[in-house]
Amino acid sequence: METVVFALLNGLIYGLLLFMLSSGLTLIFSMMGVLNMAHASFYMLGAYFAFTLGQSTGFWFALFLAPICVGAVGACVERWGLRRIHAGGHVGELLFTFGLAYVIEELVKIIWGKFAVAYEVPAELNFSLFELYGAQYPAYRMFMLLVSITMLAGLWYLLKRTRIGLIIQASLTHPHMVSHLGHNVPRIFMLVFAAGCALAGLSGVIGGNYLVTEPSMAFSIGPIVFVVVVVGGMGSLAGAFVASLLIGFLQTFAISIDANFAEIFSFAGLNPEGDLGRITISSLAPMLPFMLLVLMLMLRPRGLMGEREF
Amino acid sequence: MSETAASEMLKIRGLHAYYGKSHVLRGVDMDVPKGSVTALLGRNGVGRSTTAKAIMGEVAPKGDIWFKGKNISGLPSHAIAQLGLGYVPENRDVFPMMSVRDNLLLGIKDMRKALKWTIDDMLDMFPNLKSRADTPAGVLSGGEKQMLTICRTLMGDPDLIIIDEPTEGLAPKIVTQVGQLITEIAKAGVSILLVEQKLSIALKIAQHVYVMGHGEIVYHGSPEEFRKRDDIRREWLEV
Repeated sequence: METVVFALLNGLIYGLLLFMLSSGLTLIFSMMGVLNMAHASFYMLGAYFAFTLGQSTGFWFALFLAPICVGAVGACVERWGLRRIHAGGHVGELLFTFGLAYVIEELVKIIWGKFAVAYEVPAELNFSLFELYGAQYPAYRMFMLLVSITMLAGLWYLLKRTRIGLIIQASLTHPHMVSHLGHNVPRIFMLVFAAGCALAGLSGVIGGNYLVTEPSMAFSIGPIVFVVVVVGGMGSLAGAFVASLLIGFLQTFAISIDANFAEIFSFAGLNPEGDLGRITISSLAPMLPFMLLVLMLMLRPRGLMGEREF
Repeated sequence: MSETAASEMLKIRGLHAYYGKSHVLRGVDMDVPKGSVTALLGRNGVGRSTTAKAIMGEVAPKGDIWFKGKNISGLPSHAIAQLGLGYVPENRDVFPMMSVRDNLLLGIKDMRKALKWTIDDMLDMFPNLKSRADTPAGVLSGGEKQMLTICRTLMGDPDLIIIDEPTEGLAPKIVTQVGQLITEIAKAGVSILLVEQKLSIALKIAQHVYVMGHGEIVYHGSPEEFRKRDDIRREWLEV
């Protein structure tokens, strides 16, 4: 029982962190029609910016300032990079963002070094919030949950309840018509790109100190975010939300299951001895999202809630 | 000194446009006088819709397009719309997932300015739209979608509206309704460039007629004069 409760809580937190990353990527995909390969790099920048800014302003200012800085970097990338390449088709955009991911990683190595930096959970939140089944539950995880839910509610409100949200949604599907109504669609695209990057930055700020802030962090989470977007359905925010939680739960549950194949084999009446039997379920956890991706592409290429296929 | 006389809303000189290597518009000259309904007729594929798209900046134009005395050739679409040029494209591009009301809301360019028409005015004018104000626009009939796209453009308070093929694929009764709506808009002081294939509706509501063929204007006159020109009709319009 306690395993289930912990896995549920941690899965929810990890899933919401993934959603914060994938929501921006999904919005940007709907807009450009191509995956932004550098999206996780903005997540990394969020963590590093928060680390550096935090040293002078403290964590709480950095929590707001770092995503804004990441958003500004994103706006520049769109305005002076992607917008020029956009006319040349999707391959150019894909290669551009692919190259950008490497450039950002190398820049991070030059500026902050090749090893992890000491970006830590702020002292104010570094305590145990409650005790559950005899184990201490860190307050910071609850804080992550709170930030994620606030972000989720804010994004929903912006997109569904405001005029600018309506304009954004209409621009994603009917950009020509929206510009004929007098709305500056290129500027809207720049803002959406910047906001998507800022969300990735925010997840870096709250995830970087919880996980680890190092130059390879973008490449370790990036593929999982792509899995979320594909499984959820390209361009569907609701799909990305469901898929984020699904993968969050799937991974945390797999990690928390203390069993190996030998037990399953012997339960099924097979020979439990041998190399296969020694594999633990938890060691499969990193592979599960990608298995899900392969299955999804085979069985339902448009994803859970997507409208377009590959 | 403005290039356009006060009576002209839109003045086009030597307009060329290309789709890749194909030369679609080959020097179009035309004028839309202030407060008038001007019809642009022609068979399919002669460049009528491309003319509309070139004016609106959706297809890159070469040549001069003067709107209210300002050369808008080469401006981005949103800047052209901001100057007061409305466009209702031929595909009745409603935002299908959004309600009728939200579609109208998006037609407003600047929420801070006083509106000439409010959303409720529009809905009052069209009982069909009013009863479906909160339904997604995607489920409306073809005629209702057409009314909605025209009304949405009106929300932006344009001085000139280019309406591309508003009656295509609509039942005769609805065609009459759309014709009445266009006449009413013109009465309210909005100039109209009507891009049409149906002669009956165009000749009924327009004061000026242009006929296009092979990317050029091949005839210009009043509807009365045009009615007498069977030669033009046979050569350039009949299928």
